Amino acid sequence: MIVDILLQIIKIIVIFAVILTCVAYLTLMERKCLGFFQVRLGPNRVGPWGLFQPIADGLKLFFKEDMIVLHANKFYFILAPVISLVAVLSCFAVVPFAGNAYIIDIPVAVLYLMAISSVGVYGVLLAGWSSNNKYSAMGGYRATAQMISYEIPLALALVGVLILSSSMSIVDIVNSQKGMWYIVKQPLGFIIFLICTFAETNRCPFDFYECENELVAGYQTEYSSMKFALFYMGEYAHIFLASCLITLYYLGGWNGPVLPALVWFFLKVFFCAFCFIWIRATYPRIRYDQLMNLSWKVMLPLAFLNLIVTAVIIVMF
Amino acid sequence: MIKPLIIGLWTTLRHFFSRSVTLKYPEEKWTPPERFRGRLIHLTNEEGKPLCIACGLCERVCPSSCITIESEKNPDGPGKVVTDYRINFLRCCFCGLCVEVCPKNAIVMGHEYEMASEDRESLTMNLDQLLDKRMKSGNQ
Repeated sequence: MIVDILLQIIKIIVIFAVILTCVAYLTLMERKCLGFFQVRLGPNRVGPWGLFQPIADGLKLFFKEDMIVLHANKFYFILAPVISLVAVLSCFAVVPFAGNAYIIDIPVAVLYLMAISSVGVYGVLLAGWSSNNKYSAMGGYRATAQMISYEIPLALALVGVLILSSSMSIVDIVNSQKGMWYIVKQPLGFIIFLICTFAETNRCPFDFYECENELVAGYQTEYSSMKFALFYMGEYAHIFLASCLITLYYLGGWNGPVLPALVWFFLKVFFCAFCFIWIRATYPRIRYDQLMNLSWKVMLPLAFLNLIVTAVIIVMF
Repeated sequence: MIKPLIIGLWTTLRHFFSRSVTLKYPEEKWTPPERFRGRLIHLTNEEGKPLCIACGLCERVCPSSCITIESEKNPDGPGKVVTDYRINFLRCCFCGLCVEVCPKNAIVMGHEYEMASEDRESLTMNLDQLLDKRMKSGNQ
């Protein structure tokens, strides 16, 4: 009994260490790739090819002065970054990395993911609100509106996958993709899911929470030191989570020939992460009203269409 | 609507694989172009004496007044000889007016651009530092 619990705890620690390392190196990957996209080199001073850059960044943030502005609501101000990181990290509890490398496989994993990842928006909203600052507040409000708008098409696009696999357990979803990935069966659903995850993870071209040239840094304006670092870790963990989910739902998870399952999984995940960076390097931010129109007038009807067509085909054949 | 988006992605991807234009500065040095206006150099004649006749035109034309000339009467011949010639590179704006105005072409602009220093005094250079021992009177 105790041995079981200990083993479980060790498993959790190992998996979370892997995740946090991946998240830290995602920041380096982003800076490097953005450098290459802009025909420069990116960070290359700290260690070989800049490999120790994330460590240097972390140390720097650790030693920065941790400020709490006087007019902020102290409790929520401190709570906000914690929520946004914890919400994302707890999602990883149900994310399987390979056939048996996961913390837990619950039969309603997809539902759990939808629920917990939505909690993350409270972090942003509370941060914006408790800062008592117009830019932060604007960032927080926009975050809420954007989250609510894009959660719906996201969930609807996902229902297509659930119909095909007739299961809500992620391991089952991946296992049912042996032979054919759902990106082939659900191309429209995949595109909707992709666009919505960009909005959910607060990435270009939908980075309205911070929106540096309109809102200074949005909800992060008043944050410094480790609290700022927590937000950033949350953000990159969210990108990593989104890449994992795209891989698991649409790109066949760890299925693939020749190479071991884990290698396939991480190849696909980092390809997705690369796409995130690629799109950030390519597209400018769209206008706020366009963002809302895109969600309610384009994404939502398309998601319904995708759902209906999938359902009809499943029932007919 | 979709086509331009894909063209954009393709363009950025091409740039991703193209060679970076960054010069890894401290390791790789930049070669300045022929007419680069770097640190000023004082030229000498064949005997190693400065070409400067201490006329004071450069001192006068300098917009940032960074040139100071000290001279004495030539002991063996007409005119003056320069005893000290100081340029304060903290003030110099590398405009090249002194080079243009010099009747003897005694002062030229060199190619040295790494002039960062930790103390102010070392940036006021005297005649000895300005004389380029390697360039013997050559380009007049």
